[in-house]
Order: sequence, then structure tokens, then C-alpha cells
Amino acid sequence: MAIVKAKINGIDVEVASGATILEAARTIGVHIPTLCHLNLEGFGIVNKVASCRACVVEVEGRMALAPSCAEKVTEGMVIKTDSLRAITGRRMAIELLLSNHPQDCLICPKNLECELQALSQEMGVREIKWTGEKMDYPIDRTSASLVKDPNKCIMCRRCETMCNEVQTVGVLSGINRGFDAVVGPAFNLDMEHTACTFCGQCVAVCPTGALTEINDVGKVWRALNDESKHVVVQVAPAIRVAIGELFGMAPGSVTTGQLASSLRRLGFDAIFDTDFAADLTIMEEASELVHRIEHGGKLPMLTSCCPAWVKFFEHQFPDMLDIPSSCKSPQIMMGSMVKTYYAKKTGIDPENVVVVSIMPCLAKKAEAARPELAKDDLNNVDLVLSTREYGAMLHEAGIQFDVLPEGDFDQLLGESTGAAVIFGTTGGVIEAAVRTAYEWLTGEELERVEFTQLRGLEGIRSASVKIKDLEINIGIAHGLGNARKLLEDIRDGRSHYHAIEIMACPGGCIGGGGQPYHHGDMDIIKKRQEAIYAEDRSKVRRKSHENEALKVLYEDFLGAPYGQKAHDLLHTHYTAREKI
Amino acid sequence: MKNAKGRLVELSTDFLDKEKLSVLDDYIQGIEDKEGSLIHVLHKAQSLFGYLPENLQLHVARKIDLPAAKVNGVVSFYSFFTQEPRGKHTISLCMGTACFVKGADKIFKTLKDQLGVANNKMTEDGLFTLKDIRCVGACGLAPVLMVDDKVYGHVKAEDIETILNKYRDEEDSNGH
Repeated sequence: MAIVKAKINGIDVEVASGATILEAARTIGVHIPTLCHLNLEGFGIVNKVASCRACVVEVEGRMALAPSCAEKVTEGMVIKTDSLRAITGRRMAIELLLSNHPQDCLICPKNLECELQALSQEMGVREIKWTGEKMDYPIDRTSASLVKDPNKCIMCRRCETMCNEVQTVGVLSGINRGFDAVVGPAFNLDMEHTACTFCGQCVAVCPTGALTEINDVGKVWRALNDESKHVVVQVAPAIRVAIGELFGMAPGSVTTGQLASSLRRLGFDAIFDTDFAADLTIMEEASELVHRIEHGGKLPMLTSCCPAWVKFFEHQFPDMLDIPSSCKSPQIMMGSMVKTYYAKKTGIDPENVVVVSIMPCLAKKAEAARPELAKDDLNNVDLVLSTREYGAMLHEAGIQFDVLPEGDFDQLLGESTGAAVIFGTTGGVIEAAVRTAYEWLTGEELERVEFTQLRGLEGIRSASVKIKDLEINIGIAHGLGNARKLLEDIRDGRSHYHAIEIMACPGGCIGGGGQPYHHGDMDIIKKRQEAIYAEDRSKVRRKSHENEALKVLYEDFLGAPYGQKAHDLLHTHYTAREKI
Repeated sequence: MKNAKGRLVELSTDFLDKEKLSVLDDYIQGIEDKEGSLIHVLHKAQSLFGYLPENLQLHVARKIDLPAAKVNGVVSFYSFFTQEPRGKHTISLCMGTACFVKGADKIFKTLKDQLGVANNKMTEDGLFTLKDIRCVGACGLAPVLMVDDKVYGHVKAEDIETILNKYRDEEDSNGH
């Protein structure tokens, strides 16, 4: 590879040809601030529009300052990042952005997580020198998941990159020109009326408060303080490896016990684990897969745990609604079991039961609101909080999560296996399904439960698992753009898979749109993934069908897996939707 | 369906002229690189329909398999494209530096008052659409006003009525 030599702040630097000034500066420990720039290393996700000018530097012999995120180093280039001109230029870029930015930082949902705010501090901005026309757009709160406040948009286009190039959903685009330019859906439609999947990856990368989640913390507080309500909570697998970050714990800390204790302190009436429902999902999904294989049913079967993925195929592949599994997601299965089985067991009127979910995901909010998932006019799940919202709730209550003693989930719907934990990462659902399907199809005990060929962070992975005489071909995709490729292959008859797992977010739920902000540091996602597998290894039982509480549920209440009652309570159907 | 500003958005193509739509579809059919030809297709659509209403943009998006947001982004970016119906005559007033210094803003106000419309809007009688444009390259004639392709130079506010009446009279003698 060709090498180019340059000088940055008088220091010699050698980089591979094609490297940017920003990349070169990093190799010698010189920090240049960035704002619009986004490079999610290891995930192939790059936003390089050079629109914000927060990273400009001086290049000798040039009139204008150069954006270091996009400008490539050339042989003999003399660069200054710390000259007064460069520093002033970068500060002015921020000041200009602030001249047209609401100054309600103290009450902004992004307060202390905002990259514009952080840069303003870093650049030493102490006054906004210009007063100009301010944007005045309505705030979109139409969906159950997202808040879109264009007044706080700085046109960095990160969301557009996520929505179009990574997720291929195509809802967000730059509309209009000049001062009127705004990022939004076609024809200024409400997000609710678009093909938005509510994956929340736009929220995950938005540097400001332009895209945030619908905040349901207040509703949960009210439910907890309503004497007439019996409030049941469930937590998704991916929460336990991420929430610690909101309390200064290292990424990848496993905090299952603290999570249970924190819920107990807040006063929930019953504390259940979505992992139980993940085991339940495997019972149903593996049964469905075995049924499809043995009865010549539609193959490949696709997983259906991810609500953003479900909404994606409803809009983008409405002709293929028979391919995904009919299983409801673990969140909804849990809600369904709480309002039927648990209510019956405890003698509590389901009308008075409020199911709260804590999810790493914003699409789970929209999923809970889907009308076809209601049963006898009761929602399966009533309120959904993201990991971030739950963290905020704990902060409000003054609960020091990081020093909590370890507690336990409640029995009945609280037990879980290692197979359920790995639902939180890409590859985990299908690995869990294989662990169970293997034993069911062979009648033999599976000794080595770890199918490492299904693991990793490649966008599309495939592997074969030999189960008796049958070679099961498995596909895995995370990120909806990758999912699209697998679906197009199926549509064109080029797919050789029996089963495919799809998760909408890069990394799966560990990288969900409701998780603590990673601010571009994808090592955090990798550490969460390692933590998920570590938690799996720590479990005595690692196959879903070995979950003792689950066996009781089937014996006492559901009957056979994939049977009549299971169909009624645990399976759903999909709706063809328009693409816009 | 209503948009974020509360305005009704018509997305059904049922209300589009079937004949024109089939000409457009044939045109799209004949293009090899459909995605790369968005601007050509939009040109064709606008020449057929006179403007690019939302349902027409959606129709184009689906025909060439691009997100509607992307199509809307292109339509709303280029000033050549219009999402509003256009009058029989387009009045374009140059707001470039030279024209502006020579008082184009006063002429613009006069035009808005006399036509009773805002910028980029069509008059009630459908005769005119008013548009402000950037430099037309005739700075020596500043301020410059164009009606369709005809250029009027050194325009004064008091000339406006005469110019407008010329087109109104023409319309009267032609049609009524």
C-alpha cells in the first residue's frame, strides 16, 4: 500500500494513501472535533458529508480551511489543527449552528448527551454572535416511538444515512433548499403515516435533540402510584448488559441482579424476565420450524421477534407475509401470559393489570400499540420504556444502580435459560432455536451447546448445522439493508436457507435504538455482545426447553407447543402495508 | 392524509389524467437506467401535467423504485420543478444582486399586491404564477422581469399594471 508523508502541527506523520487528515491526526494523538462525521467501525457504516465544518483545519498554501473528515492527506501536506485560524474557524462553525438552534438545553431530552452541546463546550463558545431567523417547524409526536423536532436538526444527515443506506427504509431525505431545507419524510408526512419501521437507528446516531424517543416515564410513575393497578414489569435480555453504562459502569458489565433489585425498589408488583418469554418463543418457533420441515411447509422460515423487521417486511415485501414465523415477539408473549396465565393464577382481574416493558428498542413501543395484538380489548403490553428512559427513572428516584445488591426475578414468569439471554445479540435467536430443534429432531442430548459458526458481527452470515441426516442451512442478517438482500434472494428463488434470523439493528438488540448512546464507539456494542455470551455461559440451563417454569406453563395452561391455545395466545398475523 | 403542517396530502393517483399518465409510464418503460434518470422522468412528468403534485411524485417513485422521500427531495430542491399548479404565464422577477440594488424588492411587492398572490403561487384566475428567481444574466437591464420567455428591462413599479394588462387583454380577446 502506498504511503504518504505529511506534517501535522509540526509532527511528521505517515499514513496509507487515501487516509483523511482526521485519521492521520488520530495516529499521532491529535484530536480534531467532529460533528456530522460518523464512522461506525466494524459495521461498515459511514456518514461523510462534511456539512458541519466543525473539523476544519489549516492546510498550508490553501485559502480556505479544509474539512479534515473528508480531506485526504497528500504527499508533503503541511497541516495545522491548533493554529488560531483553525481554532477560530471551528468555533465559528459551531457558533453559526447555534445561531439557528433552540437554546432550551436545560430541558432538552438530549441534555448532557448532545454532541452539539459538548462541542460548544469543547470549543469554548460563550456567546452567540449572530441573531438570525429561527426555524419554526411543528414537532412530530404522531407515532408511539419517535419524536422528530426539525428545529433541532443541524443537517448532519446521519439519520438519512442510517435510514437509506444502512436500513434501506428510505423514509428520511433532505427536502427543500437553503434555509427551508429539512430532513424528513416525503411531502412532510407524519412519521406515523410512512414506512418507518421505528428501528430508532436515526435516534441512535442523531447528535442533537432532533430525533428522540416518545417519553413514557411519567405514565409508568402514574401507574406505580395508582393503588387500583397491579403493575407487572418485564426486562429484555439486552438491557442487563447495557444499562450499567448509564451509571458509570464499564460497557459490558452484566447487571442482571442489580436490574431485578432496582425494579423491586421502584415498587413493581411483579418482576418478570422477558428471557422467560424468549424461552417460550423458542418452544413455539422451533416447533413451527420442525413442523414446516416435516410437513413441507414454507421455507425458509424467518424469525419474527424484531418489530422493526416485522414492519419492514410488511411495507417492503408485502407479497411475502407467509415466510416469517407467526410467533409473537417475546415482549408480546410475556404480556399475553401475564394477562391470562398470571392473572388467572393470582386471581387478579386482568383489567387492573398494567404490563410495563423495559426494552432496548423504540420499535417495541409501536409494537405494543398494534391493534391486532390486543386480546379481548386488552393490550398485551401497556407501556414500554427504553433502556435510557428506565435509567432516567432510576436517576429520578435516586437509585444508585451500580452499587445495588443483586436480586432475583419473581417466579412463575421469571426463570430463564442461557438460550434466552442470547436473544439480545445478532445470531442469538437462531442459536437458541438450533439448541432446541437439535434435541427434538435427534432425540439426543446436545453436549456442545455453543454454535460459534453462528456468532460474530458480519452483516450477513451463513452456516450449516448438521442435525442427524439433515443439513440445516441457516442465514443471519442484522441491519435491514442486509435483511433486504436475503429477502430478495428468496423472492428470486436463489435462497437455500431453511431458517433465517433477522434483527433490524446493527449488532441486534445490544445495538438497539433505545440503548444508552454509543456516540460512535462501536467497541461498546462488541463488549455488550461479549457480556451476553458470558451471561449465557454462567447459566446452569442453556436450552429453552429445559426451563422448568416453562414446562409448568405448558402443562398447567397452554397444552402442547404450537397447539390450539398457543396459537390463540402466542401467534399473530401480518398486514400488507404501503411503501412511502 | 394530512401532513405535519395539517395540510391534506392526496396520494391516490385516481385523480390524475389517465391519458397523460399512460404517456408517462410508456416513457419510463423505455428508459434503461431508471434510477439514474429521475430528473429526466420528472421533467417529462412536469411537461405533461404542468406541475408535480404529490400523488404524481409518488407514482414516479414507485415506477422507478426509489423512495418517495428521495423523489420529493429532488423535486423540492430544483427550482425548475413546481409542486403547485402554474398559471398560463409565469412572471419571474430577478432578485440577483444588481436587480435587488436597483429596487427589485419594491417591484416584487407591487407584483404581489396587484396579483394578490404570494411568491410561487398562482393567481385565482389561473393566468399568472409569480416567482422570484436568481440572476438571469442581464444585469445591464436591471431590474429585470420576465413573463414566460419575454424579458422586460429597467422595469419601474408604475409599469407593472401596463405589463399585466397586456396579458389580461390578450386573454380576453382570445377566449371570451
